[in-house]
Amino acid sequence: MSQEFRIKEKGYINRNKTINFKFNGKNYTGYEGDTLASALLANGVHLVGRSFKYHRPRGFFAAGVDEPNAKLQVELNGHSEPNVNATEIELVEGISATSQNCWPSVEFDIGAINNLLNKFFPAGFYYKTFMWPKSFWYKIYEPFIRKAAGLGVASIEKDRERYEHKFEYCDLLVTGSGPAGLASAYAAAKSGAKVILAEDKHRFGGSLLMDDVSIDNLSGKDWTDKIVSELKEMPNVTVKNRSQVFGYYDHNMLVMFERTGDHREKKSEFTPRQRLWYIRCKEVILSTGSIERPIVFGNNDTPGVMLSSGAKEYMKVYGVLVGRKPIIFTNNDSAYETAIEFKNNGVEPLILDTRKEQNSDLINEAKNKGIKIKFNHAVIKANGYKKVKSAIIGELSDDKTEYKNTNNVECDCICVSGFWTPSVHLASQSGNKLKFDKEIDSFIPDKSKQNEITVGAANGDFTLKNTLNAGFKAGNEVSKKINNKDVAIQVPNVTEKNHKVHDKFWCSPLPKNLKAKRFVDFQNDVSVTDIEIALREGYRSIEHVKRYTTLGMATDQGRTSNLNGLQLVSNIENKIVPEVGHTTFRPPFTPVTIGTIVGREVGKHFMPTRLTPIHEWHVKNNAVFVDAGAWKRPRYYKIGNETMLDAANREAKNVRDKVGICDVTTLGKIDVKGPDAAEFLNRVYTNAWMKLPVGKARYGVMLREDGMVMDDGTTTRIAENHYHMTTTTAQAANVLSHLEYYLQIIWPELNVNVVSTTEQWAGAALAGPKSRDVLAKLFPNSNVSNETLPFMGYMEANLFGIPARIFRISFSGELAYEINVRSDYGMFMWEKIMEIGKEYGIQPYGTEALSTLRIEMGHVAGPELDGRTIPYDVSLEGMVSKKKDFIGKRSLTKLAFNQQDRQKIVGLIPLDRKTSIPEGSHLVLDKNAKLPNPKLGHVSSSCWSVENNNPFSLAIIKDGKNMIGKKLFAVSPLKNKSIEVEVISSHYVDHEGKRVRS
Amino acid sequence: MLYIKCPYCGMRSQNEFAYGGDASVKRPELNKDVTDKEWDDFVYNRKSLRGKHIELWHHVSGCRQWFKAQRDTATHEIFKTATMNEEI
Repeated sequence: MSQEFRIKEKGYINRNKTINFKFNGKNYTGYEGDTLASALLANGVHLVGRSFKYHRPRGFFAAGVDEPNAKLQVELNGHSEPNVNATEIELVEGISATSQNCWPSVEFDIGAINNLLNKFFPAGFYYKTFMWPKSFWYKIYEPFIRKAAGLGVASIEKDRERYEHKFEYCDLLVTGSGPAGLASAYAAAKSGAKVILAEDKHRFGGSLLMDDVSIDNLSGKDWTDKIVSELKEMPNVTVKNRSQVFGYYDHNMLVMFERTGDHREKKSEFTPRQRLWYIRCKEVILSTGSIERPIVFGNNDTPGVMLSSGAKEYMKVYGVLVGRKPIIFTNNDSAYETAIEFKNNGVEPLILDTRKEQNSDLINEAKNKGIKIKFNHAVIKANGYKKVKSAIIGELSDDKTEYKNTNNVECDCICVSGFWTPSVHLASQSGNKLKFDKEIDSFIPDKSKQNEITVGAANGDFTLKNTLNAGFKAGNEVSKKINNKDVAIQVPNVTEKNHKVHDKFWCSPLPKNLKAKRFVDFQNDVSVTDIEIALREGYRSIEHVKRYTTLGMATDQGRTSNLNGLQLVSNIENKIVPEVGHTTFRPPFTPVTIGTIVGREVGKHFMPTRLTPIHEWHVKNNAVFVDAGAWKRPRYYKIGNETMLDAANREAKNVRDKVGICDVTTLGKIDVKGPDAAEFLNRVYTNAWMKLPVGKARYGVMLREDGMVMDDGTTTRIAENHYHMTTTTAQAANVLSHLEYYLQIIWPELNVNVVSTTEQWAGAALAGPKSRDVLAKLFPNSNVSNETLPFMGYMEANLFGIPARIFRISFSGELAYEINVRSDYGMFMWEKIMEIGKEYGIQPYGTEALSTLRIEMGHVAGPELDGRTIPYDVSLEGMVSKKKDFIGKRSLTKLAFNQQDRQKIVGLIPLDRKTSIPEGSHLVLDKNAKLPNPKLGHVSSSCWSVENNNPFSLAIIKDGKNMIGKKLFAVSPLKNKSIEVEVISSHYVDHEGKRVRS
Repeated sequence: MLYIKCPYCGMRSQNEFAYGGDASVKRPELNKDVTDKEWDDFVYNRKSLRGKHIELWHHVSGCRQWFKAQRDTATHEIFKTATMNEEI
């Protein structure tokens, strides 16, 4: 029983290449050029899944992106992907697919009990059912909803595939390669414009592959091949198949994904699976075509019911019969082509046309071929559970609200056509407000908001002649705009069959004695009754109806259901469709894999990594790294099986007792140059800068205009008009932008230039009582005594032939220096310091020890300067000049900033001198107080004081220093700790600051 | 993603730029007495206009120049960009 529904010698598949695949564990064969859907249908498989809510059997409904049912879990190349549209994925050797949302199998699904219980699952079921009792929510309702939600299963394994991003610029992007797209791309390309033509399917041509037309005496397919090969020859044209433009964003930025990998049998590890294109184009021509609309009738979701256009595509493109006893149920002429195609393949169709007796080219052709046509008839209900077996049909009364007679007709498929809906998604996303076209009962684009033109069926033009004319004209207009060329193109001769006006019939009335669900939205199991309930319950806005009933949601975004839903709402509400309006079209048009959106930005490419020139040394010496922005900084250097706290304490103690070295390359460095540099710094910093002599450094604090501390650091006057500013690692980029803002916008009269030199200098901090001894040996030719290089002094020196800068500044509170050399010499400097420092007991220290040292000293850093503290809050009053103006000064006079009980910095120690206080703990007076327990402040930084050998923390607390001596509780619900603490001064070590000056 | 004309570099994608807020705000001069109201208007109070808005942008991943742009906050249409010393 192999491919028994395959027609001999029809279609564009490659019959020389058989492909093996699996569906629900069974082996099948298809041909190269098949989709999973066409191959399954060739094998007579219609039942592919179970519906979302009622678990009803569902089959293929369409042949392309409009498919609402055939979403499969697909295994390919070792990965598993949910919700893959079977009508879009190409058949390749070894592909394995399974049905979703069914258990134990698609043939026998326990969940189908929901169908019998459907009275209990009306619209808004979730909102009505899971309301009370409240205690049921976490244990019963939430897990239940979670289990019922979604269709497929997302893989929890790492995606091993490769995805790429590509940025492209062009004059014109044409979306869709049907007649409109081909004509416009061709016309624009001929004038020399840079054109990208994108087609979502594997084959170009759109409707030209299926419709019985001729262009310049060529069949639609042959004309397509001719135009496409000509376009491919042109150097200014990029032609892309398997490429779906799914989003239209601001300023003519469109986003497209290209399926580059899954259809290939063998690919290298560098072949991406999918590629995301960001396309910035001057002009866009939207030739996205149209999607056939179903007619709603009883049990219209039974497998075997499908769009007439889908049935035609399966026959013409894939050589597959979707049935041998078809009923064609239509309100227009286009379905006649499907019937004729059936007839041409030896199958006897029955046409039910809701219109009165008609004549047109197509209808007459069908009549002449002896096809049975019943005018004024409709399908009322399909019979059959897992496949259509028969249909109850009826002759319509004059007003089409009831039937004159009904009878049962055997059939194995029902091909339905309720006319065509232009695909206006991209046009709408571009900002185009749509308008309702009464002739075709659909929305079409109105005025363009961006450089966009919609042509062809997407614009409501359903004849080939008009479509081609519009396409050539649009292409020509675009090229006139782009390069002023008016290339006259001979519009080809077209022969096509004329169509009669369609009927507005869209839903078969259900006689009282018949019970059946009539589905408007297949993917979400939304029936006519559900929408009626929503309206009865008072929902009016179409957006609300959508959310309450889930009409038009999920992966197919209501491509086949939206307009019928609107029609139903407008009928009940007695409004016309344009008054009801439509829901918003949002990107993506079709589902996009997360991998494609992420692209190559995974793993180490997730964000850039900044490494200091000394990084290799840190690695070799067992550094454990911490992320500081994009930088990797050594957190501590592990010896043996030390814990982090052991290591940090050892490193910090070594600085206090002997000498340590820390890689400070990551600090932000900014060169400030120009005759007005001093004046500029004087305005930027809170303290005075006019009198800083050359060769001296000064600590500075800068504020935002709202008075909050923005950053701190030292700035050194290198030369008369040259300053070297340092910032914290975290704020380096912000500070540069901040300085540029003031120089370029507020004070352009200042003659100052700023530039980042962070990358240019490698820095090492040498700290501890022995640091001067090490320094003296490093620079034997320079005098580094306390007299010639005092605290806050600066000198340039020669490090074994390499120019170096020595700053006598200290973050640790010890006698300390920072040495800078050109980045290339960073490693040399570091190794030299380690070598020479050996005899003094030098050890490297990481950021943990660095924090310990500065916390003990009461030096503030990021956790204290968190954007909520002004200088007065963090013991920086002394830094604020009373005499001059500076950025943010006026804010400091604000009342709230001068309240006595404002939260200010203090120190904390635990009463037991043992228990570490978690950072982030809240400080309260009484841990047993009635809730809400008033919060006095919070713990900002914590360390183990190596000087006093007990825990110590900095805290920001109400009433600040007045609280010193008080006993409080530090409460951390996160760590489940409540610690009794005493408030002390924030300067825990070396109150007078003697060491830095020693 | 917006497509923004840097007056120095030409058309570039939005991800090269940082937004800098309302360009019509004037910082009070240094060393001048200003009322609380004037200062609050400068630091905090913004109109959050719907429609044409003159605003600052910073070409951070490019020439690092600040410039002015006239943009419609509802449609994102950018009518004009100009250097800081040009009128818009």
